[in-house]
Amino acid sequence: MIEKSLKQLSGMLAAKDVSAVELATEYLGRIKANAALNAFIAIDEAKTLAQAQAADAARAAGNAGALTGIPVAHKDIFCQQGWVASCGSKMLENFVAPYNAHVIEQCDAAGLVTLGRTNMDEFAMGSSNENSAFGAVLNPWDRKAVPGGSSGGSAAAVAARLAPIATGTDTGGSIRQPASFCGVTGIKPTYGIVSRFGMIAYASSLDQGGPFGKSAEDCALLLNVMAGFDERDATSLQHAKEDYARDLDAPLAGLRIGLPREYFAEGLAADVAAAIDAAIAEYKKLGATVVDISLPNTRLAIPSYYVIAPAEASSNLSRFDGVRYGHRAADYDGLTEMYEKSRAEGFGWEVKRRILTGTYVLSHGYYDAYYLQAQKIRRIIADDFQRAFADCDLIMGPVAPGTAWNLGDKNADPVAMYLEDIYTLGVNLAGLPGMSVPAGFDTAGRPIGLQIIGNYFAEAKMLNAAHRFQQATDWHQKAPAL
Amino acid sequence: MKWEVVIGLEVHTQLTTQSKIFSSASTAFGAAPNTQTAVVDIALPGALPVMNKAAVEKAIQFGLAIGAKVNQRSVFARKNYFYPDLPKGYQISQFELPVVEGGAITINVDGVDKTINLTRAHLEEDAGKSVHEDFHGLSGIDLNRAGTPLLEIVSEPEMRSAAEAVAYAKALYSLVTWIGICDGNMQEGSFRCDVNVSVRPEGQKEFGTRREVKNLNSFKFIEQAVKAEVQYQIELIEDGGKVQQATVLFNPDTGETRAMRSKEDAHDYRYFPDPDLPPLVISDEWVERVRSELPELPAAMQARFVEQYGIPAYDAATLTASKALAGYYEATVAAGADAKLASNWIMGDVSATLNREEKDIVDTPVSAEALAGLIRRVSDNTINNKTAKDVLRKMWDEGVTDPNGADAIIERDGLKQETDTGALEAIVDEVIANNAKSVEEYRAGKEKALNALVGQCMKASKGKGNPGVLTELLKQKLA
Repeated sequence: MIEKSLKQLSGMLAAKDVSAVELATEYLGRIKANAALNAFIAIDEAKTLAQAQAADAARAAGNAGALTGIPVAHKDIFCQQGWVASCGSKMLENFVAPYNAHVIEQCDAAGLVTLGRTNMDEFAMGSSNENSAFGAVLNPWDRKAVPGGSSGGSAAAVAARLAPIATGTDTGGSIRQPASFCGVTGIKPTYGIVSRFGMIAYASSLDQGGPFGKSAEDCALLLNVMAGFDERDATSLQHAKEDYARDLDAPLAGLRIGLPREYFAEGLAADVAAAIDAAIAEYKKLGATVVDISLPNTRLAIPSYYVIAPAEASSNLSRFDGVRYGHRAADYDGLTEMYEKSRAEGFGWEVKRRILTGTYVLSHGYYDAYYLQAQKIRRIIADDFQRAFADCDLIMGPVAPGTAWNLGDKNADPVAMYLEDIYTLGVNLAGLPGMSVPAGFDTAGRPIGLQIIGNYFAEAKMLNAAHRFQQATDWHQKAPAL
Repeated sequence: MKWEVVIGLEVHTQLTTQSKIFSSASTAFGAAPNTQTAVVDIALPGALPVMNKAAVEKAIQFGLAIGAKVNQRSVFARKNYFYPDLPKGYQISQFELPVVEGGAITINVDGVDKTINLTRAHLEEDAGKSVHEDFHGLSGIDLNRAGTPLLEIVSEPEMRSAAEAVAYAKALYSLVTWIGICDGNMQEGSFRCDVNVSVRPEGQKEFGTRREVKNLNSFKFIEQAVKAEVQYQIELIEDGGKVQQATVLFNPDTGETRAMRSKEDAHDYRYFPDPDLPPLVISDEWVERVRSELPELPAAMQARFVEQYGIPAYDAATLTASKALAGYYEATVAAGADAKLASNWIMGDVSATLNREEKDIVDTPVSAEALAGLIRRVSDNTINNKTAKDVLRKMWDEGVTDPNGADAIIERDGLKQETDTGALEAIVDEVIANNAKSVEEYRAGKEKALNALVGQCMKASKGKGNPGVLTELLKQKLA
């Protein structure tokens, strides 16, 4: 059952071959049996089963949608009424959300059953999930390896079949990179397609929610649920509701795939390069043609991102001051010390590093040299992509220069960790959709992801390309031995 | 040395919207603490601001009313600082690109008009309040006010005296209440002024170093604070000191200003564009619609009053001090009162009584229609001016709103002017007989003596005699 697609599960639920309660019970059992992976920060069996019972009742009453009763795991970044939304931080470890994020509302309305809250890098800052206040997530393929981040818990949960689908967020690669490291499919949509209302902000102009699944098809179905205009998010796009699964089976003949030179340059691991080459060869067999393109400022995405994201974060995280909710130091003398101690105790090192960086780049006298300059680069990078899309329909390349590294390996050197984001950051800076599709394994057996980048609103086309690839290959069907 | 005073004002006007600038919570004043707060106002994790169009519309109204440029594109920025009543740790304001730029307001001091140019007006949210009284040794936070829409209106440093600063503040106050974007309740903080004051030797081009007096919520305080600042700064310089840039507070009890923080410990607010809010785009159509719905402004109304009612410019200016007063005047004339008499009565007895009772024209117990009824009886000689004043007093005390209310009182109290020549002749004869001295003086050519005789006749008639008829009778009999 755990290898079934959403379509199959939906059919089984409709045919009463399985109930929502049975499904939820099966997955809860797996989550508990694999607690060592640390993929979940919280589960609440009573809540899950109550929701599953309600789903079964809706099915019995004939009020069910196609996905009613399907279990889902939510990244701990989405406010969900009655659940702690810790965002991977000690700061919010006791914060019970009094309202629902738009994504949660949409999932609830579709009848999805919440299995629990997945682990993540604190406030979504990190590429390895080691920055969680609740401990690192282990990569289900190799427990010595990181699962990627920041949505490492969601990626690991889907990879280990602890949930059929999961929600995540992607600010600089936080869906695509863990999807790649864990061998699952994940998509970061066009900025503005998924409402950020109720999604705890890291870097507002870059954050975007998106789905994880075992396949492109499952991702398309979950994206159908998550996407949609929301007037409570001023950056939500008034884009007509679309069915992201509508073109899954369309033929790929004539598809022009752009291969950015800069994504295959120095620094790319040989086995990753080989897997991507093999995937491109597969696409040629499916009728696609390949175009050599250039994204000349790829390198500049790293400094641009690591100025803009911390700048926004330094301001977004100011609300965690110990005054109204969240962690407050036990002892303090006066207001300033209350702030200082509460924040010093509540935030982890990476969060502090980014708050400091962000505060610095926005400071009087530095703003022009850093923040404004970074915004200029951001525009140039977006322009580069538009020039590239004049010659191709989709861009493909690796998600990351290498595969999952060992836990602890890059912790001492934050800059080395930042460099791992080189292929994913540009998509966020430009606001484009991007996804990761399983495309093989390295010599140590750790998964490799193929990145597909589309132009604005090209999600259906990307999912089509991913789905056809998954019809022709079986990388996405491989599951780790637990 | 002669000193020149330089003053600029930053005024925070609270806009009269139903809901907050970035949330749907109510802006009503006086609710129980923290009951008017949406997720944005408490700054819960994941909460996002959404622009309230009504606040933007009021900013456009203001821009049009002062002849300013309404920017088609303006940008919201975050002003970052930590304070317990600032839940997000930043205030959403406008920094580099405000919604309104330029414009001017005309003030009048001692009969002389002066134009004060405005720099800009920008939209921003108010903070909450810290409450220190209610909790021993602790501070409470009330976030009801957090997110209330403000329009911060910044003038050029073009005022040169406390009187000009007050005149500007009053003119601005009258304008924002006139167009209805602010309720003008200064006690509740709807109109708060920060006053920048500096001094320089007369003739010097460069500005002196300024100090900013924060949060003045009455015109009297503005005047007192400016005077105190000017005196402080001049004395400091004349004693060989130097003014340090600072933010100061005015203490109304002592009449002194006290530095709150100096430039050295001024905040670095780290302004940057708010990524949660796209730039505010205002279309030409929107501006034109607001323009077409804008009420007639004081200057235009003054000109019309002179033209339409034939009253002096001074009267027109006084009557358009507020929209309510102007409305009362027009209603009085519309109900049949002579335009000039109506102006005299409203600027005279009505205003005097309101002032004495510390009331606004909207609280007047005598309706415009009732006042018109009274004025008509003056015009048609039913009563004389002196009696009319008494009747108005009675109408006031009795709260008369009926258009025929004056007639009823005149009838009830027998105040009708005596115009019957027979009855008045007897009075005149008696006065002539009893006032030989005045009679003699009049006959000797002293015109003033006649006035005294008329006065005696009025007294004898208990105020009811028609002074015109009495004068004629006296003249006839003494001829």
